[in-house]
Order: sequence, then C-alpha cells, then structure tokens
Amino acid sequence: MTTQAVDAPASAPQRPAGGQRRRRSGIERRQNVGWLFIAPFLVVFAAFLVFPLVYAFGMSLFSSTLATGTKFVGIDNYLKAFTDPLFLGGMGRVLLYAIVMIPAQLIVAGVAALLLDTLATWLSKASRLLIFAPYAIPVVIGALMWSFLYSPRFGPASTIFDLFGLDAPNFLSSDNIFFSLVNIVTWQWSGYYMIVIYAALRAIDPAIYEAARIDGASGFQIATRVKVPMISSSMIMVITFALIGTLQFFTEPTVLRSVASGALPADYTPNMYAFALAFSYSQFNYAATIAFSLGILVFLGSFGFLFLTRKQNGLK
Amino acid sequence: MKSKLLAASGVVAVAAAALTGCSAGDAAESCTNEIVNPDATQVSVWAWYPAFEEVVDLFNQNHDDVQICWTNAGQGNDEYTKFSTAIESGSGAPDVIMLEAEVLSSFSIRDALVDLSEYGAAEVKDDYTEGAWKDVSSGDAVYAIPVDGGPMGMLYRKDILDQYGIPVPTTWDEFAAAAKTLKDAGAPGVLADFPPNGRAYTQALFAQAGSVPFDYDNAKPGEIGIDVADQGSKDALSFWADLADQGLVAVDEAFTADYNTMLVDGTYAIYVAAAWGPGYLQGLEGTDENAVWQAAPVPQWDASNPVQINWGGSTFAVTSQAKDPEAAAVVAKEVFGTEEAWKIGIEQAALFPLWKPILESDYFRDLEYPFFGGQQINKDVFLDAAAGYAGFTFSPFQNYAYDQLQQEVTAVVVDGSKDASTALDDLQATLETYATEQGFELK
Repeated sequence: MTTQAVDAPASAPQRPAGGQRRRRSGIERRQNVGWLFIAPFLVVFAAFLVFPLVYAFGMSLFSSTLATGTKFVGIDNYLKAFTDPLFLGGMGRVLLYAIVMIPAQLIVAGVAALLLDTLATWLSKASRLLIFAPYAIPVVIGALMWSFLYSPRFGPASTIFDLFGLDAPNFLSSDNIFFSLVNIVTWQWSGYYMIVIYAALRAIDPAIYEAARIDGASGFQIATRVKVPMISSSMIMVITFALIGTLQFFTEPTVLRSVASGALPADYTPNMYAFALAFSYSQFNYAATIAFSLGILVFLGSFGFLFLTRKQNGLK
Repeated sequence: MKSKLLAASGVVAVAAAALTGCSAGDAAESCTNEIVNPDATQVSVWAWYPAFEEVVDLFNQNHDDVQICWTNAGQGNDEYTKFSTAIESGSGAPDVIMLEAEVLSSFSIRDALVDLSEYGAAEVKDDYTEGAWKDVSSGDAVYAIPVDGGPMGMLYRKDILDQYGIPVPTTWDEFAAAAKTLKDAGAPGVLADFPPNGRAYTQALFAQAGSVPFDYDNAKPGEIGIDVADQGSKDALSFWADLADQGLVAVDEAFTADYNTMLVDGTYAIYVAAAWGPGYLQGLEGTDENAVWQAAPVPQWDASNPVQINWGGSTFAVTSQAKDPEAAAVVAKEVFGTEEAWKIGIEQAALFPLWKPILESDYFRDLEYPFFGGQQINKDVFLDAAAGYAGFTFSPFQNYAYDQLQQEVTAVVVDGSKDASTALDDLQATLETYATEQGFELK
C-alpha cells in the first residue's frame, strides 16, 4: 500500500527533475524512520516466530529414532504424519469439537450481546461484566477450577442430583468428557466473543432501528433481520478465532488429564500429541513435524473459511 | 489477523524456543543451599526429595573438596522434561540428577548418563542389595547409585476389617473373598482401588504374577525383547477386571484430589502400597479420625512361593554434561552414604533406604512408626519385601510403554470394551510396532 502511494508522484509525468528528486529523498528519509519504529517488533517477530518456525521446519526434515542416529529424511516425516492414526484421530476429534463448540460459543455470545444491547439498565452493565469475567480468569486456573467442580467427591453435582434422588453422572468418564470440555471452553470464551459482538452492535446507527420500527418490525425481527446481518463481519471474525482456538485445543484437556488421564489419552488432540512426542517420548523431530502439519492445517482451515465467507467478512 | 494465523503454529515456536533458549540457564550459579567451602569443586544437583536441604548441608559440612549446589527442578516428569530438553540442546543439565529407576534406560540410550563403573561404582556395590543394584546397572555398566526403594506391602484399615469380621488377606484369593464380604455386608466403601493410571503399580502387580515385560541390555542398545502379553499379566489383569466388574473394587484414577481423600477417609479399606506409602498418606488431608492403620505383606498368588515386588524408587545418576564427572560421582555415591543423612531421610521424609548399612541396622529394623500405632513395619513387612526383590528391567521407551499400558487397562477395567487378554495382545502389537519404528531389532 505505502509503496504504491509513494511511487505514484514519482511516475507522474512532466515534473521538474530536481523537485522530484528532492521530494523523493524526503519521503525515503521518512520511510527509514518508519523502520526504526517497527524494528523492535521485527526483532521480536524474527527471534520468536520466524526463527523457531524455520528451525522447527528444519528439524522436521530429519529423523532421529532411539536406536539409530539422526538422518535426513526429507518429507518422509510428513508422509508418516498424514497417515498416522493418532494424529488423524486427534484432528478428527478437534474437528468434532469445532462442529459442536463454535456454534455453542457463538449462540451464547450472540444471544447475550443482543440481550445486553436491548437492555439499558444498571443490570446490563453488571451482566456484561459477569459474562465477561470467565475470560479474565487464566485458562489453566479456569480448567483447574472446573476439574474440581466435575469431581465426583468435591463437586456440587452429587449434592444437586441427590435432591432429586438421582445419581450424578461422572463428568470425567470417557463418555462424558467431550461435553465436559465443550462446557469449559464455552464458559471461558463466550464472554470475550460477546464483547466483540456487543461492540459491533453499538456501532450500528440507531436511526436504522427507528426506520425498522416505523416499518413495523418487532424487537425479535430487528435483532434477527437487522442487527445480525449488520454485524456479520464481526461474527466471521469471532468464528475464525474460535476455529483457530479449537484446532489448537490444548490447555483444557491437558489440565483435565491430571484427574482423568484414562479418558484423555496423551494424543487426545494434535497439540497434545506433539507435546507428548517431544517431552515424554523424546521424538523431537517427529514432534516438530506434527506441530508443523497442524500449523498448515490450521492455516488452510482458517484461510478456507475466510475465503468462503469473503462476501460477509469484508475482506474481499 | 495474520499474526493470529501464524500463532496457529504456536506449539512449534514453544517447542523450538524451549530447545534453543530457555534451557541454557547455568544451574551452578543458583544454588538453593549455601555453599560452606567456596573454594571446593561445585557439583550441581537436581533432586526433589523432601527434607533434602538438610542432607545437602550435611554433605557440604563433611566435604572440603566437593560441594553440592542443589536445585529442585520439579518432581518426576517435570524434571525429566527439563533434563530431556537439556540433553537435546546439549547444555543446561546438572552434574548429578535424581532419576527414578524406571527411566534410567530411557536416558542412558540417549547417552545422557555417565557409566559410573569407571568412577568407582564397584566400591559401593556391596552396600546395596542385588535387586537394587540390578535396577541401576546393565551388564558391567552402572548408570546410577540407588537411593531409596519402594518394596511393596499392604496397608490396611484394621478398624474397618475388624468391623466386618474380615481376616487380613494373605493371598489374592482371600483378597477377592474379603472384597465380596465387605460388599455383601453393605459397607459404604470398597476393599481397595485398582487405578487404571497406576502404571508402575500395575506393572509391579503384573511382575508378581510372573511378567517380565522387557529384555533389554544397555550394552546392546539396538535390541529389545518385548513380552507384555504373557499369561501372568493376563491373569492378574483379569483378576482385577473381574473384581471391578462386580463392583468389588473401585477403579478411580490415582493421585487425584478425589483419590487422595478416599485413601484416608475410609472409602478404601486396603491400600496396596510401596514402603513410601505411609509417608504419602501422612501428608494427606481429610483423614478419618477413627483410622487404625496397620501394615502386612502384599497378598500372594501362591502363598507357599511368595514373590516380592517393588513400586518406584529413586537413584542418583551423573549426567554426560557433568563438568567434573569424578567429583559428580563422589556426590552420587556419598550424599546418601552416611547414617546421619539417612536418619534425616527416614525420619523426616519417610524414605525407604537401599543403603545396606542402615537398611540392615537394628535402628531401622526396630523403628516404631506412630502412624501404625507403633508397629515395627520394617521388621514386619518391608525388610522382607526389599530382600526378596530380584530387580526389574525397564524399556528404553518406558514412558510410551506406560501410556499405552494405561490406555489398555482403562479399556478393560473402566470402559469394559476389551477383555484382559485382547488388551494385552493389542499392547504387545503396539509396542512391537513402536520399537521397530524406533529402529530396535526385536529379540
């Protein structure tokens, strides 16, 4: 963008050569100053993102097994990764999570934001804070807290179910762990997405609502026919965040593993698998491959999603 | 947005950053303890023993030429993760490290440990039992000096067994009968727990039934024999699966907050445990006030032919990054090589010594434990267990083997989706595939 703007006057015809040069060098000087400002970012970016990525990619091209030495294998590790049932199984699992969890988060966040947008009492401020609060709790702490709430002995579930003469389900069993995790993530993130959607709603000109009301639209109709379409680009952004977050699912199952390791194997999600490979099984090269493959899939997934929704998200 | 997408490959960055930068810290610079003789050679040590600080101080006071610089780098896997990363990056490991016997092969195959036979390990060999020495050595090579062990016994709630008129089981058959009696009497708890994530515990119970899962020699690191689907293991696993199926034992995961509470609040009447079990119990909250704990030998399959087993136990190994392996070996050999050091370990941290001078002393044999109402548990139970333990061979990919074992055991006793025989056959196949992939030749 900037280069084009700079080039434009330079290529403009019929200008005295001297003036052109002077102006150009002035702009160049300004450009150089710009580099100074972004240099700190570039250094950090290169040191902590570009270099590790390159390094990890390099590692993924080698193979080092326990009994033999390290050797160059090219893309063999990638061929292995994309036929590895543990990696593919983990991918399948996070996709299933994406299908269940993203709509759940979106519905909770969307409904809360629409309701708060309509309310204008002191209650709405308090509610906004309350719904947002879980996001302010560190993910690890939140997951630890839920691991206690789910606990058959310490959790409130058995007391509550006892009131109705029922046996509480074991939230940490293999059958229930899926929805237990969906619940934690939804609880944690809906508040954040609600704020994003709420902010988008506040940016809409109230005159539009008035026009809709004059046309005879009910509150529900305004919400679904006017507000939702107008904030679709924010919705797309929220879904993209949620999609990336879900495909990288790691913290919550890792924390819950300490109380439910039977229901959550070490390769439950691709991220966990990469972690286990590197730090439990000493397979650093293959771990780099898995991590890189996951990165590629997440990139393709989010890129594909943004491409499919390019009409709504304004990135066209 | 773009940086968000790039952050998607975050784990790459985390893993790589851990490999390159974070591990380069120099352990020798930051000792938890104070150095008594600043001019002496310093040896950095990673260890997580409780009450270890006093042991370190004692060592430093008694040595003019060598000083310990101690850091607690976390317990178990936390420490191993750091160590593993340090090995991979080539720097950052301490000179001496506390390792459980079960992971020695996993590290020696990566050339992370020094063979102590070159540094006078033979001098102290006779100070340890045969089983303890076998756990740390492989052929002529010695990869660590044993410290404490986990000979297994059975801790039981005398008050609960008495209440239901159950005799203390000495065989697994009696154990099963006791479980049934307790359940039929409508007791609120169960006889015991069979944790699906017991790992080393499960392995020990299998070993009692004759399982010798791995045939491995560090001197020939390219070969391994795997035999995890033997009849003994299958019988032992079906025994527990059967009890679990009938609801006679619990299958709660071990080492969770829930489990810890149930251990001490009377939910489980029996805790099949290692010698460090009492120390573990003492540290827990929610203890039943009426609890009367006693220790007895671990139940046997064949009472006339008892088999002793071991669960856990730690060692000191010298790492291949040690700046002065000679001095490091002195630390490994001598830090727990005095009676004073062991009295701290035994009385404050409930460690079970493998060092014979204290193990065979009258002091240790006759020690009365207030937790067991003054019972001399060493004389009654654990000394025999330790003496009868013949040693065990772990695989060089023990963590992987444990993870797979845990999944199969969960499938059997929790989900009920497999029977014991199928599960262990599957485990055999999984481990064989893994070993082959890792470049091992199967014996």
